[in-house]
Amino acid sequence: MITTDILIIGAGPTGLFTVFEAGLLKLKCHLIDALPQPGGQCSEIYPKKPIYDIPAYPEILAGDLTEKLLEQCKQFEPGFTLGERAETIEKQEDGSFIVTTNKGTKHQAPVIAIAGGLGSFEPRKPLIHNITDFEDKGVEYIIKDPEIYRNKKVVIAGGGDSALDWSIFLSDVASEVTLIHRRNEFRGHLDSVEKVQELKNAGKINLVTPAEVVGILGDDKVSGVVVKQAEHIEKEFEIETDHFIPLFGLSPKLGPIANWGLEIEKNAIKVNNSLDYQTNIPGIYAIGDVNTYPGKLKLILCGFHEATLMCQSAYQIINPGKRYVMKYTTVAGVDGFDGTRKEAPKAVVKKIE
Amino acid sequence: MEQDINITITDREGAIHKIQAPTDMAMNLMEVVRSYELAPEGTIGVCGGMAMCASCQCYVLSKTELPEMQDDEEAMLSEAFYVKDNSRLGCQIQITPEMEGLEVELAPES
Repeated sequence: MITTDILIIGAGPTGLFTVFEAGLLKLKCHLIDALPQPGGQCSEIYPKKPIYDIPAYPEILAGDLTEKLLEQCKQFEPGFTLGERAETIEKQEDGSFIVTTNKGTKHQAPVIAIAGGLGSFEPRKPLIHNITDFEDKGVEYIIKDPEIYRNKKVVIAGGGDSALDWSIFLSDVASEVTLIHRRNEFRGHLDSVEKVQELKNAGKINLVTPAEVVGILGDDKVSGVVVKQAEHIEKEFEIETDHFIPLFGLSPKLGPIANWGLEIEKNAIKVNNSLDYQTNIPGIYAIGDVNTYPGKLKLILCGFHEATLMCQSAYQIINPGKRYVMKYTTVAGVDGFDGTRKEAPKAVVKKIE
Repeated sequence: MEQDINITITDREGAIHKIQAPTDMAMNLMEVVRSYELAPEGTIGVCGGMAMCASCQCYVLSKTELPEMQDDEEAMLSEAFYVKDNSRLGCQIQITPEMEGLEVELAPES
């Protein structure tokens, strides 16, 4: 059981800044995120795109913003459960909550902060009529353990970076790699595109374009796919394979959080915005893009503000009746849980002769 | 102030909406749909308009002349589902006075 003061669901910008604000109040945080790395949309969807409305940054790349937020909160030693989705929540008799992930990891905290953005990222499944029959029987939307493809035949579909990168990687592992895409052009890093070209020329990747997989063959597991190719004349043929890996990106879904008994409106969680961004369940807050209230704007900078107010309210739940006034970091400095201290340099007092 | 233009949008349930869209606020078609709440929040414009999610895919029903498709829109559509010959991404269509009478249908959520 992982125990902490504030359990944050979602490691995007709002969740990461919560760690800093909580740390100033000597509250410890742990974050859960379905993605394998922190940063949320900023690192998953648009790491190389600029943002222009982060206060004091005329321009910052989304990936760099994530780096800066991690650096800013690192002395408060946040814990991370990454690559796991928060699945269930159970209220305990002492008022705390236990949140369990899809992989069974349990976390206990008196305060939950849902900073889940648009939800957890789920793979986009292609519209092939019998695809669900073969899930985990040769069809995988996410590659978790590349070793299962050793000396197997693999068909990958998709035209982005993950399709290219996994084709390259698996060309050394699998006995046969076929990459299928609807167009002849791929959108990915130039060196990935060039590497695939090289491997194709060397006969290590079979490239089938412009084409798409329209059916899956097999009895209790995948034995092949039906491919429709549309170059010059349209034709349909079969490719023998042990695995079919469609890589069409991820799309966010509110997911299990929708069943936690929280008030939901417009795919977002209703909160009390006149006070502390608490939901209809005391002790559970929702901050950042995942919440809604009159006048809500889904902006990173609004998430920062919401996180700050939320932490003050969480302090009262965790330390009932304990006195506290907000302190400026310039005055009080920042005392990390790792023993580090940041503080403003003392003024120099010296006589002028 | 420039004149609003008339656009007809068929939502995902098949309901037809005749709406007015401003041409002077640098709005794109996805944002117009959101401003009239013709699709639930969180199901359209997920990436914010970067041609990176295809949640604003629509089918262009009128013969209206539209801006030419750029590489990133074409690449995204090549990975999207329910794509037809008249598919476009709403976020890549800036509303201009020339688009008076535009008719589109929202593609299914995927």
